[in-house]
This record gives sequence, structure tokens and C-alpha cells, in this order.
Amino acid sequence: MKFITQIADLQKGHNELNDDRITVGVATCGISAGASKTLKKLQDANLGILIDSVGCVGMCYAEPIVTVKQKGIISIYGKVTEENVPKLVDAIKNGVVYNELLLGHSLEEIAYYKKQKRLLMQNCGIISPLNLNQYIATSGYSGLTNALKINPGQVIDEIKLSGLRGRGGAGFSTGLKWSLIAVKTGRKYLVCNGDEGDPGAFMNRTIMESDPFRLIEGMTIAAYAIGSHDGIIYTRAEYPLAIETLDKAILIAKEHNLLGKDILGMVGFNFDIRIVKGSGAFVCGEETALINSVMGRRGNPVFKPPYPADRGISGNPTNINNVSTLSLVTNIMSMTAREFLKIGSEKSKGTAMLCLTGKISRAGVIEVPMGTTLRDIIFEIGNGVIEGTKFKAVQAGGPAGGCICEKELDTPVDYESLNGVGAMMGSGGLVVINDTACVVDLAKFFMNFTKSESCGKCTPCREGTTRLYEILERITKGMGTKKDLELLKTLSAYVKENSLCGLGIAASNPIMSTLNKFPEEYLAHIEKKECPTKTCKNLLHYTITQECVGCGNCVKHCPVNAITGRLKEKHVINKDLCVRCGACFEVCAFDAIERK
Amino acid sequence: MRIISDILKNYSRADDLMPALQEIQKEYGYLSEENLILLSKKINVPLSQISGVATFYNWFKLKPIGKYHISVCRGTACHVNNSEQLLKFIEKKLKITAGNLTDDKVFSLECVNCIGACAKAPAIMINDVVYGELTEKKIDIVLDGLRDKK
Repeated sequence: MKFITQIADLQKGHNELNDDRITVGVATCGISAGASKTLKKLQDANLGILIDSVGCVGMCYAEPIVTVKQKGIISIYGKVTEENVPKLVDAIKNGVVYNELLLGHSLEEIAYYKKQKRLLMQNCGIISPLNLNQYIATSGYSGLTNALKINPGQVIDEIKLSGLRGRGGAGFSTGLKWSLIAVKTGRKYLVCNGDEGDPGAFMNRTIMESDPFRLIEGMTIAAYAIGSHDGIIYTRAEYPLAIETLDKAILIAKEHNLLGKDILGMVGFNFDIRIVKGSGAFVCGEETALINSVMGRRGNPVFKPPYPADRGISGNPTNINNVSTLSLVTNIMSMTAREFLKIGSEKSKGTAMLCLTGKISRAGVIEVPMGTTLRDIIFEIGNGVIEGTKFKAVQAGGPAGGCICEKELDTPVDYESLNGVGAMMGSGGLVVINDTACVVDLAKFFMNFTKSESCGKCTPCREGTTRLYEILERITKGMGTKKDLELLKTLSAYVKENSLCGLGIAASNPIMSTLNKFPEEYLAHIEKKECPTKTCKNLLHYTITQECVGCGNCVKHCPVNAITGRLKEKHVINKDLCVRCGACFEVCAFDAIERK
Repeated sequence: MRIISDILKNYSRADDLMPALQEIQKEYGYLSEENLILLSKKINVPLSQISGVATFYNWFKLKPIGKYHISVCRGTACHVNNSEQLLKFIEKKLKITAGNLTDDKVFSLECVNCIGACAKAPAIMINDVVYGELTEKKIDIVLDGLRDKK
């Protein structure tokens, strides 16, 4: 077996990381905040210091992020937009710190990271994603090296010992899953599920864009353990940067004998990875649907058994793991299972990578030890909801998950605890909502999503989700009755019990959790025909108050000519004609329109 | 623009259906009926089956798109950050509804489930570029800038 240092330049990687260096985060979030322009301006300044483009460090709220290492001192700067570059350049030239934009001198020093533990993300935003030397200098490929020193069965034992559970949602033991396919003979497929269709989740994208070799190494270890030569990364066409990065990383790995034939000089260990692009279907996250999609068919789930480990792609045994799961394998084989076990809670080991978004002060990607409470995540890491509003709930696990209210915030993030409060780990999206959001509207939003993403194969899901959506629509339009609440409960239970795949089984979770936790909000819509947060526009009533000066501006903007009145006299709205669009409310310069 | 027979050269098996559809769409912006018929003959898959696949996945477009294709993210984080209003604003500005193309063929508009830029909500994608933390004012500037460039 070859040593990794025989195929990549460890020293060069070390030097690049330890010498003076400027990095700019240019993953999707950074680019959308203008990081490419920042990078260009810094390069044009001819500073005589290595300028590296790196991935996402996780602080999406502070993008574009620039880190400067000068004379051994690290300074992390946030919101370095194009306009701020000249001042930063001056500071660098003078060898001083630019305090105005400084976030801290190390990640640990920044409040956002105090409760975090970075395993999967240890390189994200630190190394240049496609720089193999830098990856190796941060102990990259030590996991594969360790794995190849023992036999495949022992690798599986190590993963079993680590307690690693699938990060895709259900939390099945990864080691156990591998042992089921390891005993099979013939052609076997290893698939990495990067079809992150769950709205509100982008942790897979972050890994693929910011540290692609971690995923490739993890897949190579998995391939060795289960005896597969064919690797597939199934990801979304909506992630162009992730696909481009992975494509290049795979090529680099091939050039360095880290993929291909006789990997690391180990005769007979052949493994290749190709990328298959999904095309925007949420249901393809389901294993059997994904397999159909890889084979170029409609992504319809099929009945299990046979399980993919028995019959998967083209009838061959297939093992499917999530991006985070496979990337964590790299960490475990590098740090040993015993060390990994020390992190996390009793039944859920290691860390969880989560996306914190919605009405939160500090939105971004985070990684915390399993067992960290939601309160810590939302208030310590995320710094609470946006200023001037009140926390209402957090939706965990996307459209398949549920909402968690204020009094349940001390729930630790792990598989069992989240299930216990009617939510689920899912892919790890946490969308925070504040007191301006209506939970009935939110439930309707999720049902609209699930009904359009239902593949339509089984009736309970196809028809059930549509009917559930219609009931919610009725309620938000003020036409709901108390009977509708009973109907929601009965139908939700029916869809859950009778659907074929996870999409239908979990479809009603958002309804049941909001209904259980915020019954008064549903009742207000039904009994008082009122939306307490003024979100459901059909329940709003507009009237013109005495403040009206009769300027006629609202008349011009009303799309249905519902407002009448003489110039310089108080106007009136004809309630029968009003479509409640709110145009008058928006344009009135005298606050003379009341919305109730 | 490459001609269709050039693209089809690389595909011969039923398994190639998805990559072939993706490449055709990449080249032409959408999947035209004529091209699907040619693909059907080339990889020997019935047109009905191809149509089944092309209509199943949201990514595939069956109508021509504009020079700038705008995908408005309707994911959860964007939804709670008023993406619905933003969509209405764009519809009003471009005078088209989602799923359509402007008369001058410069802009086309669609809603997508999630583009994974949740921390930058509300977000849209124009061709391959993500624009985040949008307001009506910001969109105005972006779209006007693109229109001037044409």
C-alpha cells in the first residue's frame, strides 16, 4: 500500500494553510452576497499574500466573509462587500486589524460557534475545496489509510461501534445497513443520496461545495467495506456549483490514484464515482424512488421488500447513504469510533449538521453535538428571532416534520427526542417562525408542497394530501367549520396509515403538530373568521378611517374599483367588491386605512 | 447552438434517458416535442414513456424559456420571508404569470421548491446565479440591469 504522502504534497498543503493567507468564502450563499466581486477586488490589490477561495464557513448571515492571516494573527471579517474592500486592503497593507468588520480572531471566539462542534464542517470555509494538498494537510485521507490497514469486516465493525446513524432522516444504523449488503456477491452499487429536496435544508450542498474530498473519501471507505466498485452521487440539478465542484474533485482524485484502479496501490481495490443529476422531485429522496430515477425512470417509490440491499439499481444490491452520513465515515475512520462515541447523546452519537433559517437573527449552517437543546441552538447560536418580534415555533424536519413550540424548546436534538414532540430529525432543516407567521397558513404551505410532490402512485397520498390542502384552504378563507377540524384529524390519520412511502406517511405531520400545539389559532379562523397574525388575506377587513383626506390615491390603486368618494372628502370601501388585496393599505400616505 | 443529432450521438440506451433530457434542455432551454421524438427513436424508448419522465420532474421544461430564466424559490424559509409577495411583484413587473415567457423573450418565470439558499431568503435564481435577501427594490435593479444588457 502507498502512503498518501507519496501521491500528494503534504508539506505544500501545510505551508499554504500556515503561512500568511487571505481567504474568501465563495460558496452559493457567499456568491449571492457578492463574494465573487470581493475576491476579484482583493486579487486586483496585489497584496503579495496568497489569496484562496474557500467554501462556506456556515455564517451565512455575515457573508461575504474574508479571513486574513497575517504575522500569525487570524482576523475573520464579515459583510466584506465590494465597497468595504478598499478599507480592508489599507488595513492589510498597514498590517493592522480592521475593527469595524471584525467578527473575531478565531471561530471559537465568535458567539455563533460557542456551542458548535465541527466534525463534518471542520474544513468548510477553511481549506480551498479543490486543493488536495490542503485537504491532506488537515488529516484528509487518514481515514481511508486507516481503513485499508484492516479488513472490510473490521471497518464495518468500527462503524457499528461508533453508533453512526443515517443522517438522512430515519436514523437507521449505518454499520448494520452496510453489513446487510457486504454479504452479497456480484456487482454492488454504492449510492450517495444528495437529493436534498427538503425546503429549508442545504447542509448537503454545503459539504459538496466546501469539502468535496471528505465525501469522496467517505464513499471510498464505504466501497471498501461493502465491496462495491460502482459509486454514484445522486444530487440535484438545482445545485450547479456543487455539481461542478464534485466533478472536478472526482477528476483530481482519479489523477492521484484515490479513485480508479488499485486505489492507493492496493491491488484489486477499484472504485469509481459518477454523478447522476436528479431533476427536482422531492420524492426521489426515498430510496426506491431514487433507484428508479437513477435508471432513468419516473421516480415512483415501490413496495419494500425487496430492499435495495437485495435488489436495487438494475436488480443489483444497492446501498444508499446520505451525504452527511458518508462524510462522517471519513471522520470516524480518522478519529476512531471510540473518540466519536464520546460526542453526542446516549442513543444518537456524533454531531448533527443543521440549517438554521427563517425569522432568525443569525441564519446559517451549524454543526452541534447531538443532544444540544433547541433553545441553545435558537437563542445562543442563532441569537433568537429577528429584533422586535417574538419566537413562536420552529419547524424541524421540513414538510415531513412538525413544529415545536416555546414550551418544548428544551428538547434535545436527537432522533428519539424530536419524534417525541411530534417532529423529526429529517434532513436537519430548522425553520424558525415568529409571531408574524400564521400556523394554519404554514400547514397549508406544506400541504401544497406535499400534494404537488406526491408521485401520484398510491391513492391515500395523492387524493389525501389534495383533500387536506383543500380543507386548509377553506379554513384560511374563512369558510371552515368545526367539523373540518375533525375531518383534518381523521383524514391525516388515514393518509399516514395507508400511504406507501415516507412522503405520504409523514405528509400530515405539519398539520397534526400545528393543530395540537396551536388549536386556538385554528379556532380563531373558524369561529371568529379572523387570522390572529393577519397573514390570511381573505380574513382581513379594510375600512377607511377619519384620517382620510380624500386624496384619491387609493382609488387609483384599487384593482376592482371598490373605493369611492369625492375629492377631499372621506372615501369608503365597498365590502362586497373588495378583494382584500391590500393595495390601498400599502399606498395610503395618511395611515387612514385600517386592517383588521 | 449544437444540432440535436450531435447531442444524441452520445446516447444509445434506455438508461441514458435522464442525462439525454438534461443535455437537450441545457442546450435548448427546454424539451421540444420534435426533439423528444428524435430521442425516442435514438434510444428506443416509447415517446409515452419519455413524456412520463419529462412531466414527472419539475426541472424539465416543456415550453421555451427566455434569455434570463427566473426561478423564484418557494421553499419554507423563503415562504416565511414573504416570497409570495415577491413573486407577485415580479409577475406584475414582467407582466407575465409564473410558467410563462415575456413577449420579447427576454425573461421567463417559474416557481421552484427550494434552491437551497435558505439563509439568504427570500432568494431567486436567474439562470445559474443565486440572488438572496431580496426586496422589491433590489429585484427592480437586478431585472432592469439585465433588461438593459439584453
